[in-house]
Amino acid sequence: MTPAAPFTPLLAVDGITVEFDGFKAINGFSLTLDRGELRVLIGPNGAGKSTLCDTIIGRVRATQGRVLFKGECITHLPEHAIVRRGICRKFQAPGLIPTLSVFENMAIAARKQRDWWRSFQLKVRPEEREQIEQALEAVGLLARRHETASALSHGEKQWLEIGMVIATGAELLLLDEPTAGMGPAETSRTAELIRGLVGERAVMVIDHDMSFVEQLGAKVTVMHQGQFLKQGSVEAIRADEQVAAVYLGRSRA
Amino acid sequence: MSEGAAPMKSLLSLPLTAWLACLMLFAGVAAPFLLGSYELNLLARFLAFALAALGIVLTWGHGGILSLGQGVFFGLGGYALAMHMKLATLGEGELPDFMMWSGLDSLPWWWQPFENPAFALFGVVLLPALLAVLFGWAMFHRRISGTYFALITQALALAFATLLVSQQETTGGFNGLTDFQTLFGLDLLAPGTARLLYWITLALVAAAVIGTSLLLRSRFGILLRATRDGENRVRFLGYNPTPYKVIAFALAAALTGLGGALFTLHAGVISPAMVGVIPSIEMIIWVAVGGRTSLIGALVATLVVNFARDGISSAFPDLWLYTLGGLFILAVTLLPKGLAGLGETAAAFRRKPAAV
Repeated sequence: MTPAAPFTPLLAVDGITVEFDGFKAINGFSLTLDRGELRVLIGPNGAGKSTLCDTIIGRVRATQGRVLFKGECITHLPEHAIVRRGICRKFQAPGLIPTLSVFENMAIAARKQRDWWRSFQLKVRPEEREQIEQALEAVGLLARRHETASALSHGEKQWLEIGMVIATGAELLLLDEPTAGMGPAETSRTAELIRGLVGERAVMVIDHDMSFVEQLGAKVTVMHQGQFLKQGSVEAIRADEQVAAVYLGRSRA
Repeated sequence: MSEGAAPMKSLLSLPLTAWLACLMLFAGVAAPFLLGSYELNLLARFLAFALAALGIVLTWGHGGILSLGQGVFFGLGGYALAMHMKLATLGEGELPDFMMWSGLDSLPWWWQPFENPAFALFGVVLLPALLAVLFGWAMFHRRISGTYFALITQALALAFATLLVSQQETTGGFNGLTDFQTLFGLDLLAPGTARLLYWITLALVAAAVIGTSLLLRSRFGILLRATRDGENRVRFLGYNPTPYKVIAFALAAALTGLGGALFTLHAGVISPAMVGVIPSIEMIIWVAVGGRTSLIGALVATLVVNFARDGISSAFPDLWLYTLGGLFILAVTLLPKGLAGLGETAAAFRRKPAAV
């Protein structure tokens, strides 16, 4: 944490510790993310990457430390309130509603009025429809909008959920293994899609697929055993011996 | 297909359920002219049951909230109206007969508001809804759901029935409340009254089907189903799922309370036998047989199962519970989508050869 920052970062994770029954899944981790930035978070299994996302989004509560979004402390807000501030997360396993149509899934995501007393209407507002169709176009599912979400292939489900996360209009997207279960061609398309999202919004991607990380070409933060290990360009991280020892050396060179 | 054939096609492509609903409404309108007074009375009671079934479609079918305590709301609606009707026939300073037999010399405080007809009338829907909001909020806010919720509601039904039986001197105990004379100045024993009450019931059921079906098509319905199938996804899209579940539960309670009040009018009695665990589970079985997401399915099944109950239990009194149990097993194992799913399965079967 830089005390005399000239402007507040979009997201500041400030010395977070998360304990599960005495086990520290995250141990004094800090990270800042600027508006419109693309960041990749890597680390071996159990490094605490998903737990970090869970903590930011309020699914898991930190025992120590704070999460600041646009300078506001969101550490103890309820989940839906955090999302309404402008953070949306894509889960590791596709988290869409299987029984609803592709369009209905998107319509839930795109809706700006999320209070129950505004839910008694039959029509989708025209500006929301436009936003939904743009997001569907971006993920290549516009033609399949009337199908049930469960009818989509695995890769398409991942894209639909990315589309949903985009459609919320959030300023910060957390994408947890967006290419899980995808082939090389689908992975490249996803990398391209994500690069196109950056600028208007900040994106933090978790993945261990190094070829995907290279395609993203963004600043990389490495986590190890719940702690900050290194940060730098893909090339610098690749060349780093310490990182290689804990992560690259063990899985893939 | 040519343009000229389009209107014909659109008429035919009306959903099957819409056709069925129209057909049933016709049958409902024709019934008073075709049925004897006994059968019409049965139909009216079963239509009152159907209101409870519609509520279960809303909560269980579309909200994934299985309540095994809907009898409580049925009872609240029934007793609210019954208390008013008991008081309405009394003279100044008199007490209901069972209270005098128990040696009470003044009306309990919680009976007094029911002297007011407006309080009783609104109480029929608002008391169950209020209880459902308080109870539902306490449960759903703590994220209690599934089996735990079902068991707690069942305990609620048991407690409510036990309470009614144990407070003989103020609730009429096991016998409940009966022997009603007038309703808001209407003579309940007059010849045309039964038919008038039937029309009212039919109209309310039709309104409930239309209202619930619109609700299920709205954003609210979509969000309710989304909460059923992916509560966390809904939460992490920025929604608080709790109010959606609470409202569905409260609307179901209001419908069920209305059903209880109408049933009390048609049956002339409300007793703990209608509010406990067994009637609550029977309500679930009607909906399971009909198909838990289908309003029309639940409506049809409620009528069919109850007419079957009347026929079977008058011919072979011991057989009915076995039949009901068998029906439930059949519905759960072979027809998870109930009668409504039957058409769907058949349609899928018919479509298959064309698709290949």
